[in-house]
Amino acid sequence: MKAVCWMGKKKMEVQTVDDPRILNPRDCIVRITATAICGSDLHLYDGYVPTMEKGDILGHEFMGEVVEVGPEVKKLKVGDRVVVPFTISCGGCFHCSRQQWSCCDNTNPNASLLEAIAGYSGAALYGYSHLYGGYAGGQAQYARVPFADVGPIKIETDIPDEKVLFLSDIFPTGYMAAENCDIEPGRSVVAVWGCGPVGQFAIRSALLLGAAKVIAIDNVPERLRMAEAGGAMTINHDEVDDVLDHLKALTGGRGPDAAIDAVGMEAHGSAYDQVKQTLKLENDRAYALRQAMRAVRKGGVLSVPGVYSGFIDKVPFGAVFGKGVTIKQGQTHMHRYLRPLLDLIQDGKIDPSFVITHRVPLTEAPAAYQTFCNKEDDCIKVVLDPAA
Amino acid sequence: MPTPPPSHPVPASKSAAARSGDGATAVSARKRVAPSRAVVRGDQGIKITRAVTIRRPAELLYAFWRDLENLARVIKHPVTITRTSDLASHWSVSAPGGGRVEWDAVIINENPGRLLAWRSREDAEVPNAGTVRFDPAPGDEGTEVTVNLEYNPPAGKLGALFAKLTGDEAGQQVAETLRRLKALMEAGEIPTTEGQPVGKPQSKRQNA
Repeated sequence: MKAVCWMGKKKMEVQTVDDPRILNPRDCIVRITATAICGSDLHLYDGYVPTMEKGDILGHEFMGEVVEVGPEVKKLKVGDRVVVPFTISCGGCFHCSRQQWSCCDNTNPNASLLEAIAGYSGAALYGYSHLYGGYAGGQAQYARVPFADVGPIKIETDIPDEKVLFLSDIFPTGYMAAENCDIEPGRSVVAVWGCGPVGQFAIRSALLLGAAKVIAIDNVPERLRMAEAGGAMTINHDEVDDVLDHLKALTGGRGPDAAIDAVGMEAHGSAYDQVKQTLKLENDRAYALRQAMRAVRKGGVLSVPGVYSGFIDKVPFGAVFGKGVTIKQGQTHMHRYLRPLLDLIQDGKIDPSFVITHRVPLTEAPAAYQTFCNKEDDCIKVVLDPAA
Repeated sequence: MPTPPPSHPVPASKSAAARSGDGATAVSARKRVAPSRAVVRGDQGIKITRAVTIRRPAELLYAFWRDLENLARVIKHPVTITRTSDLASHWSVSAPGGGRVEWDAVIINENPGRLLAWRSREDAEVPNAGTVRFDPAPGDEGTEVTVNLEYNPPAGKLGALFAKLTGDEAGQQVAETLRRLKALMEAGEIPTTEGQPVGKPQSKRQNA
């Protein structure tokens, strides 16, 4: 099959590799019909994630048709159409039983690596470094999906791929970020830093949850336009002297009830040397987080869907403490959201395909990475067609 | 129910004796419960404690462990475990460079569903001893499995080989064993990516 392989910093290659096969009894194999490039894939592309190896297959936003099931798969059948969540969860551990799916104990074969850094390892992820399990990803024509009865959600209508594909990551991720804001319908004001795909879904999710006002902060014109189209007020941080003053002006001086950092930091800190190596970059990239910490109102909520995994410096923790701010964050507990968000889509409450700006064949993925990374051609979201 | 401390001798179970079909085995095991000297003296050797909580009943986990040959499924390092009697087993671990470390172990204490203790026979090149305890986790959340292991790395060539084999990673190996046991018991399988597709140059290395 064809697959998008990481070959080093800013080097992606479409290679012909072996087809995946069943390796464990609860696996299935999916023939992929649609797959996407995530903003977090750019951290891999830019070479900031340790434990990548040349030849690793990327991609964690994919869907398709089940073509083979392992002997212990009970619910899925060959021919089922499924969207696959990006986190791999076993369904049987302490955390899965508490709906903390992204904290699953049992799916990362390399848990000891992550444990050494973070104390404990969470769930494995598709195509996201050996630290997170080293599972081959879904920017390919086929993928092996472990725990097939736990993760994938069956799509039983003929709704187009593009409307349900983003159940794989960015819609639930934006939705959980909004849900974490403890929105009081008709009252809450939510500020969102970053208008990439996750920010876009956070904006729309906050409004779906009843936010009185959503204020989006970015400096990319086409992303701000998309945020406005989604119902947000916007601040271009390049065009104002002080974002905090603007936020205060827009909130009667009180500040937003909740702040969402949908930017994250470019560098995933990990092994100590790599952290040291990347700290210079982090000073810039943690800027959104620091600003959100200062901007959120007293007693408010800071919600962080943006990816952080290492050390960051100059965090104004005194501001967070002094204001009694609650911080909620983490990888998305995907499995909680698949069914309710599919219902929202099928009820016509949201059409996630709004975010797509580019549709290209899988074979053109390397160029698409470059376009996305450089924000060329007003690129916000790329969908790849494995059959083209 | 209070848990007996690991050092407290508990008679071998009737069921264990029944399994072996030889009541004398259990009796002889009890004789070994109070050795004339410790396998590893208190002020010597390397001592490791690792624990994991598994959402399964203690009886089930104990039964898996008591069938010692099962442990080869969850110990990541290649190991051959051969049961030589109900209480005795032979262990053979491959070391880097083709060497092997071998020893005979004997169960010296067992309390079904709660505790197992073992030690190497007196002529072992690497004297070692250990216990595994199965305690109910708070809140009816399964079983806390705690392993205590101690061993005395020998001097000389074998010691060097053993150090190379385990190094500072002995604790890590115990932790990994418990992690894999937990996955097998809770998820029904041990997570792996061995055999999945991969691009060049890794695929070339795999095929080489």
